[in-house]
Amino acid sequence: MAYEGQSMDAAKVQRFRAAALPYLDDVYTLARYLLRNSSDAEDAAQECYLRAFRHFETFRGGAIKPWLLAILRNVCRAEFARRVALPVMEAEAEEASQAVWDGQDSPETETARRLDGETARRLIAQLPDQFRETIVLREINDLSYREIADVIGAPVGTVMSRLARARLLLRKAWFEEERGSS
Amino acid sequence: MTCEEAEVLLHALIDGELDAGHAREVEAHVANCPRCAAQLAAFRDLQRSLRGEDLGFAAPASLRSRIERAMPQPAAIAPSRRAVLGSFALGGAASALAAASVAFVVLRQDHVQDHDRAILSEAMSAHLRSLQADHLTDVLSSDQHTVKPWFNGRLDVAPPVIDLTAQGFTLIGGRLDFIDGKPVAAIVYRRRVHIINLFVAQGLGAASGPRSDTVQGFNVRRWSDQGLNLLAISDLAPEELEEFQTKFEAASRANKTG
Repeated sequence: MAYEGQSMDAAKVQRFRAAALPYLDDVYTLARYLLRNSSDAEDAAQECYLRAFRHFETFRGGAIKPWLLAILRNVCRAEFARRVALPVMEAEAEEASQAVWDGQDSPETETARRLDGETARRLIAQLPDQFRETIVLREINDLSYREIADVIGAPVGTVMSRLARARLLLRKAWFEEERGSS
Repeated sequence: MTCEEAEVLLHALIDGELDAGHAREVEAHVANCPRCAAQLAAFRDLQRSLRGEDLGFAAPASLRSRIERAMPQPAAIAPSRRAVLGSFALGGAASALAAASVAFVVLRQDHVQDHDRAILSEAMSAHLRSLQADHLTDVLSSDQHTVKPWFNGRLDVAPPVIDLTAQGFTLIGGRLDFIDGKPVAAIVYRRRVHIINLFVAQGLGAASGPRSDTVQGFNVRRWSDQGLNLLAISDLAPEELEEFQTKFEAASRANKTG
């Protein structure tokens, strides 16, 4: 009985490790895309796991990945986003919201080449924050719309419109890239 | 449906987020609208490109160990391992006492049976969850050499991952799941349209020979191999699940000797 407190702790550590650590790559990946730098991403991921462990009792089952990613996102915003100049972000977002489909109206004329991983990462990294996080959560972290909505604290409708915008911007950037390189 | 609506909904379509009714509406619109059709094709192409590449970042080992170190130390974990061993010892004690005290054994048996039912029902819940929640696999691969290493560092045990495609059971991937409060390996197979979850861990019961059970319409086959408990659950017929076990064990032996 003397060990009860300790073994409860041990059980908690065990449960937390088993439940949360498998998603470290996901957490680190989102951190890399949000902060665009590996050492900040490592700090943020570590802080995320510390907070998650501290608040593990408040985790009420369900999928743990979105829960971790929501914590990570808060860490990134609170601890690291201060360095990002806000007016620039808003200008980027404003410009992005003006983007419209300017592709051909017939798919046959568009023979897009393969998008290699390095280029894809760079193009995603160039997206404005709100679109970047949405596309990363969807295509790389593989979250559903509902889960993304929970992570970013916005309605599903917002997720959908940001995703549409993010893909439009990515596709434009990809085509400009191709035009430039050919 | 207007183009404005379709332009947003076509993303939900390629993400598999639309119900059948809306999906039909978007498809009907796209069939008559070259502009929206071009967008659908372009964004599908973009999605294929993104998903065809590994765009994630692997966490550095140093980060993993920093996080491990920041948590209460492994020394504190020993009691819970002992508790797992303790429950095995209890099982042995119960049978040793069988001759001495009938009443005790009846209680003990009840306890063991309750625990057994609990494991079966948790296995069934885990199986159902895996079918419903769009979380069948954490690692999606038909290659045993991809699935097996994925479990490294995620579990205390190295589960056997065996490709049985040639034997009629297709390996789909693996997933980490929880049964009886413990992390277990879930290895996922497909037989025709039926999914089989194979849970592998220590302490899943069925220490004696292979046995079959039925839980709420699902069939369960359990067996043990070198201290590991294996539990296969599926809506397949019991005979086919037995066949799965036989082929799994045969391939497992072949792997070891080969």
